[in-house]
Amino acid sequence: MSEETNTLQDLADQKYKYGFVSDIESELAPKGLSEEVIRFISAKKDEPDWLLQYRLDAYRRWLTLEEPAWARLRYPRIDFQDAYYYAAPKSDKDGPKTLDEVDPELLRTYEKLGIPLHEREVLAGVQERKVAVDAVFDSVSVVTTFKKELAKVGVVFCPISEALKTHPDLVRQYLGTVVPATDNFYATLNAAVFSEGSFVYIPPGVRCPMELSTYFRINAAKSGQFERTLIIADKGSHVSYLEGCTAPQRDENQLHAAVVELIAMDDAEIKYSTVQNWYPGDENGKGGIYNFVTKRGDCRGDHSKISWTQVETGSAITWKYPSCILRGDNSVGEFYSIAIANHLQQADTGTKMLHLGKNTTSRIISKGVSAGKAQNTYRGLVSVHAKADGARNFTQCDSLLLGDRCGAHTVPYIQSKNPKAILEHEATTSKISDDQLFYCLSRGIPTEEAVALIVNGFCREVLQQLPMEFAVEAQKLVGISLEGSVG
Amino acid sequence: MLEIKDLHVNVHGKEILKGLSLKVPPGEVHAIMGPNGAGKSTTSYTLAGRAGYEVTSGEIGFHGEDVTALSPEERAARGIFLAFQYPMEIPGVTSMNFLKTAMNSQAKLRGEPELDAAQFLRRVRAAAKELNISEEMLKRPLNVGFSGGEKKRNETLQMALLKPRLAILDEMDSGLDIDAMKLVAEGVNKLRAPDRSFLVITHYQRLLDYITPDVIHILSDGKIVLSGDKSLALQLEEKGYDAVINKAA
Ligand SMILES: Nc1ncnc2c1ncn2[C@@H]1O[C@H](COP(=O)(O)OP(=O)(O)OP(=O)(O)O)[C@@H](O)[C@H]1O
Ligand SMILES: [Mg+2]
Repeated sequence: MSEETNTLQDLADQKYKYGFVSDIESELAPKGLSEEVIRFISAKKDEPDWLLQYRLDAYRRWLTLEEPAWARLRYPRIDFQDAYYYAAPKSDKDGPKTLDEVDPELLRTYEKLGIPLHEREVLAGVQERKVAVDAVFDSVSVVTTFKKELAKVGVVFCPISEALKTHPDLVRQYLGTVVPATDNFYATLNAAVFSEGSFVYIPPGVRCPMELSTYFRINAAKSGQFERTLIIADKGSHVSYLEGCTAPQRDENQLHAAVVELIAMDDAEIKYSTVQNWYPGDENGKGGIYNFVTKRGDCRGDHSKISWTQVETGSAITWKYPSCILRGDNSVGEFYSIAIANHLQQADTGTKMLHLGKNTTSRIISKGVSAGKAQNTYRGLVSVHAKADGARNFTQCDSLLLGDRCGAHTVPYIQSKNPKAILEHEATTSKISDDQLFYCLSRGIPTEEAVALIVNGFCREVLQQLPMEFAVEAQKLVGISLEGSVG
Repeated sequence: MLEIKDLHVNVHGKEILKGLSLKVPPGEVHAIMGPNGAGKSTTSYTLAGRAGYEVTSGEIGFHGEDVTALSPEERAARGIFLAFQYPMEIPGVTSMNFLKTAMNSQAKLRGEPELDAAQFLRRVRAAAKELNISEEMLKRPLNVGFSGGEKKRNETLQMALLKPRLAILDEMDSGLDIDAMKLVAEGVNKLRAPDRSFLVITHYQRLLDYITPDVIHILSDGKIVLSGDKSLALQLEEKGYDAVINKAA
């Protein structure tokens, strides 16, 4: 190994910036998982009976399932009885109605996280824009901003537990129609115990006037978070949504098993961006979030479009394949991904593009960055149905290795039942060369910044997909998550 | 003022510079010529502080300070600039972004305030125009797919904006057509200033027709074997290295 790679390896360790714990008293469900706990959660949320039955059915099914083992991930067996499945700030008894009613300690937490829990415009570059935020703290939503302003154009943006009360028919009509409760081990678990997430409905023809975003924060010790998000874009509507996540630095592993369902009707477009920054564990692999997530979008209508953009920098383990079912004719699915794994992080992530409709197109751009002793796998499926005439896919998977103790793996599956489908796949693996690094250094750019600059360059195509408000943050995050890395 | 004293440098355990001494006073242009493999690029990398170029003895003095132990970025912040014989490509990073990062990093290392966006743009545009570098090229990823001449022009642009006190030009003329060479040479000449010195590494008299050196040194087998005025280049052109070096020896 060369000298410069060595200096790379010596980079000082920057601690996870969001690792603090807020001193908030929580109300917890009894520890472990049982029908009793599920009834407790359902009662807490004052849910209709059909949903309790849905949960119980899922739970009973889950008991019969085995944890999937096909991913390139190594971790000790998870003890599902050794966790809390519901945790809520005590101050949040009936859920606050307005910003003024939110516990100041919670507001301080979000301020520390840099999340705008106010109804002012945010400054992004030269333009001021509004971002509506739903803040989910452990198992409950603390507050949702700009709700009134959104309601004026008919947009519903609220915690899913609230939507169950205000828009029960909409929730019942769509919940579980993209990711059924029977889908997979973690999705079934989520269906049984999900506690909070966001609900979005954009009425026909409406272009959502602002970015919508949800910030997930796990705070309570030994608790899991089971987010459930449902976004419906009705005919000819358009929405851009961003999800962010952080958690305190703890020695034990915590589970986050989310289900996200997107539905796009005729001519509708959903842009879903994630900046996943869960606590990744320390440099020895102690602690960190286990992130087992099922995200799927259904292009149900003709000419609909669903675009996933993800920046995955956190979590000890990432198991996540945001997918698109291209059901409508001429529908479009996109997946833009940056997955960064450092130290002992393991990421197994990718996408599935299922081409069912005619002239459906999909595009996959995956940028995997591995450092330290991390293992980073792209796993993707492109599947073309016999009737999907004119289907096209373009896949590009690029891996960048920092140092020589990490691994990058690319596992693309292609199944085409239509001989006329056009499927293209490109893959590259590269390293930051000593020459590139020295070139930057000689211009006065210190090693850490040089690495961040080069990696950001490598990820550019994906970063460009992020809403402007978050692109700058994401670029910084790319740099930070590699600090102390390259070892 | 650059003052190299009896510099010995090992690369991969092999001694390449074997007692190199050299003084370049402020405002002067010195040329280094010498056969392939003599150690010219090694000299330039060592001056810029590249890892792996191990100084086993001797010293590099720069404006009264011994910079031998400084990191490349600290040397850059003190005003040492190397125009590369083969400039690197950095995919996805625009020239513009690279320049901004470099200028701000140097400012930070020197404890100076960063440039604001408007100031930065004004400076870049003015400097780019003089070198016939288009706005479009500034938005392209650094050196990726640039022609040889474009790369060298881009190096000159970086030099113009970073305003070094010592610019080392390693074969600035290689791969350039006559017009491009004139353009780059003009760029260099415009930067000549009483507080800025140049070390111009080249194989050809031709470049020195455009950038007139105060002194020419001949580097052979890791040492300066002969120094003289610009007529030395003409002798070399005529007789070749062997004859000139042997005569000196
Ligand atoms: N990384 C390296 N590993 C081993 N030897 C090296 C290395 N870099 C340079 N050398 C050797 O050092 C000697 C000097 O090389 P250098 O590149 O400095 O020559 P130069 O004078 O610039 O030649 P040219 O005119 O061809 O550019 C050569 O013999 C070269 O093979
Ligand atoms: Mg050379």
